[in-house]
Amino acid sequence: MVLKDLYDRFRDPKAIQALSKEIEKEAEKLDRTINIMEVCGGHTHTIMKYGLLQLMPKNINFIHGPGCPVCIMPKERIDHAYILAMREDVILCTLGDMIKVPGSKGSLQDARSNGGDVRFVYSPLDVLKIAKENPDKKVIFFAIGFETTTPMTAALLENAIKQNIKNMLFHINHVTVPEVMKELIDSRDEHVDSYNNQIDAFLGPSHVSVIAGSKIYEQFPSQYNRPVVVSGFEPVDVMEGVLMMVSQFVEGRCEVEIQYKRSVSKEGNLKAQELIENYFEKRELFKWRGLGNIPKSAWKLKDEFGEFDAEKIYELPKEEIEDHKLCICGDILRGIAKPTECQVFGTACTPQKPLGSCMVSSEGACAAYYKYGNLL
Amino acid sequence: MQKTITLSMGNGGIENQELIEKIIFRHIKNEFLERAEDATSLSEFKNPVFTTDSFTITPLFFKGGDIGKLAVAGACNDLAMMGAKPKFLSLSFIIEEGFNVRDFEKIVRSIKKELDINEAKVVTGDTKVVPKESCDGIYINISAIGERVKEFSQKNIEVGDVVLISGDIARHGASIFASREGIELENEITSDCKSLWPVVERLIKEDVKIKACRDATRGGVAAVLNEWAKAKDLCFEIEEAKVKVSDEVRGICEILGFEPFILANEGTFVAAVDINDSQKALEILKEFNENASVIGIVTDEYPQKVLLKSEWGTRRFLDMPSGEILPRIC
Repeated sequence: MVLKDLYDRFRDPKAIQALSKEIEKEAEKLDRTINIMEVCGGHTHTIMKYGLLQLMPKNINFIHGPGCPVCIMPKERIDHAYILAMREDVILCTLGDMIKVPGSKGSLQDARSNGGDVRFVYSPLDVLKIAKENPDKKVIFFAIGFETTTPMTAALLENAIKQNIKNMLFHINHVTVPEVMKELIDSRDEHVDSYNNQIDAFLGPSHVSVIAGSKIYEQFPSQYNRPVVVSGFEPVDVMEGVLMMVSQFVEGRCEVEIQYKRSVSKEGNLKAQELIENYFEKRELFKWRGLGNIPKSAWKLKDEFGEFDAEKIYELPKEEIEDHKLCICGDILRGIAKPTECQVFGTACTPQKPLGSCMVSSEGACAAYYKYGNLL
Repeated sequence: MQKTITLSMGNGGIENQELIEKIIFRHIKNEFLERAEDATSLSEFKNPVFTTDSFTITPLFFKGGDIGKLAVAGACNDLAMMGAKPKFLSLSFIIEEGFNVRDFEKIVRSIKKELDINEAKVVTGDTKVVPKESCDGIYINISAIGERVKEFSQKNIEVGDVVLISGDIARHGASIFASREGIELENEITSDCKSLWPVVERLIKEDVKIKACRDATRGGVAAVLNEWAKAKDLCFEIEEAKVKVSDEVRGICEILGFEPFILANEGTFVAAVDINDSQKALEILKEFNENASVIGIVTDEYPQKVLLKSEWGTRRFLDMPSGEILPRIC
């Protein structure tokens, strides 16, 4: 089997068009518009890139969610990365487009051009090699991401311990999906109705559940009356996921369903979960950019691994930093505003000169709207 | 001769002469270089076109080419895309101390081979050696003069023109990414690096009404189409499925989260052609590369935009690439 076989079937024009017709037929039976939040920015980009919204009936509305690890990073933590990167004895490593996101001092890209040693890696395990090749430096992994990337960071720490690598440190920013979903439903404003969520259902990201299982969403149908469909990222996956969702509403069901059966189970990857439990514990609170402090929504290193914890070893500022006052990323991440409703969208805020990280990240909603245009 | 480049080989003295004689002149000497003067006097051109480019690349040797081939093809292609036949080149090396002389000779051989394909000559040059770690192996700068045979220009593009592409896209960018990051594939990707004058010459000889040509180097096909769309205030409507991408390249793009449209090509060009000549153009392009295809048309529906149409009937804009190309997080 070649890679092509893995995605070709899931971009088949006939299958996409057939699913579009099915959704339309099924949606005619709905008595109201349903608002589906795609939690993950990856889904937002699939919907925009493949133009799937153009294939949806009018009574299906997508709400873009907070599931982008770059978008939800508050400025103070990006500043931590910047401060660490500017130390002469430090090589700061991170994943992908984290290096483009502006903190209050600038982005990691700026740190690099100001002389900081910033490197992006394809896999956290690449950091091992960098640490071995630079024994006279402290190599800090600025770890970001949801359930998907957390086990890799744990594996990196496990390898560093096994191989007795002493010059590697971690700045942990791993966050979890269900807690932020709960926050979006729970947060209410008694005085401003429009500030309350309109979410009827969630499209869950498949890669999160490959690791954590579909079980992490079980509370949503039972406690919050919101169905969840765990869906893949190819166009056929998303279309099928939406069809499954609409069918639940039509049939009066409310449950967790798995569209991405090819890799997701209820239990998930137990070995990966064990790896996380071995090295990490939940933080009491973690500040999400634009959303505020959310209880138990992020991981930190267990105290016994304090010697690897850059937050413990270095003096890093604790005070919170406000976002630009014109930026409405918080409302966008919360699903109560669309990127185009922001007055600086595409003018003062562009991918080249972003005010907020939703415009920078390759998974950000603003970036998707900017990149794929206004044909929707 | 020593096996590695030394600082003294750039000092203008005996060692410098030895490097020039034994490696560079051995392969690319001609009547102009033989004069060994500070500058070269050239006969007059009827319609000269002049370009310059610097080449830095990691790795220096890649599947499908090396920095030498890339430099000559790249500079000559800039001329070919203007309808000009490449004629005379300057060739300037900046070499890092300690660079392997055998590798240097391999690069010079590639230069010679590519010069012959373009029937062009190096008429002046320079060699500098810089201390270790002050450059990344070797840099090459080339300026080139050609004679314009036919005038292609983006200013000629108009509504109704047909857009063609000379081959499958993104092979150079994907192969460099794959080799730089050590991504191993069952079928290795070969860069499309090659000189385009031969195919352009054929198109001119067959009198194909070409409006504009552009090689889709850095920024890829997305950059070329967006530049044209903005320059002419027109819309380029592209059928996504008609733009061919090899399975290997698509694989790399899937793994890293890239769009093939933004990755570099070094021997693939986009052409805007009069609708009446588009079939003739396609047939000629296909003689040189079976993956050549007609990919779309020029309209005025969304001025300054490139519109991508999917096979399942949806549409979206293809944006101008920006910033560093970085792999996705999840």
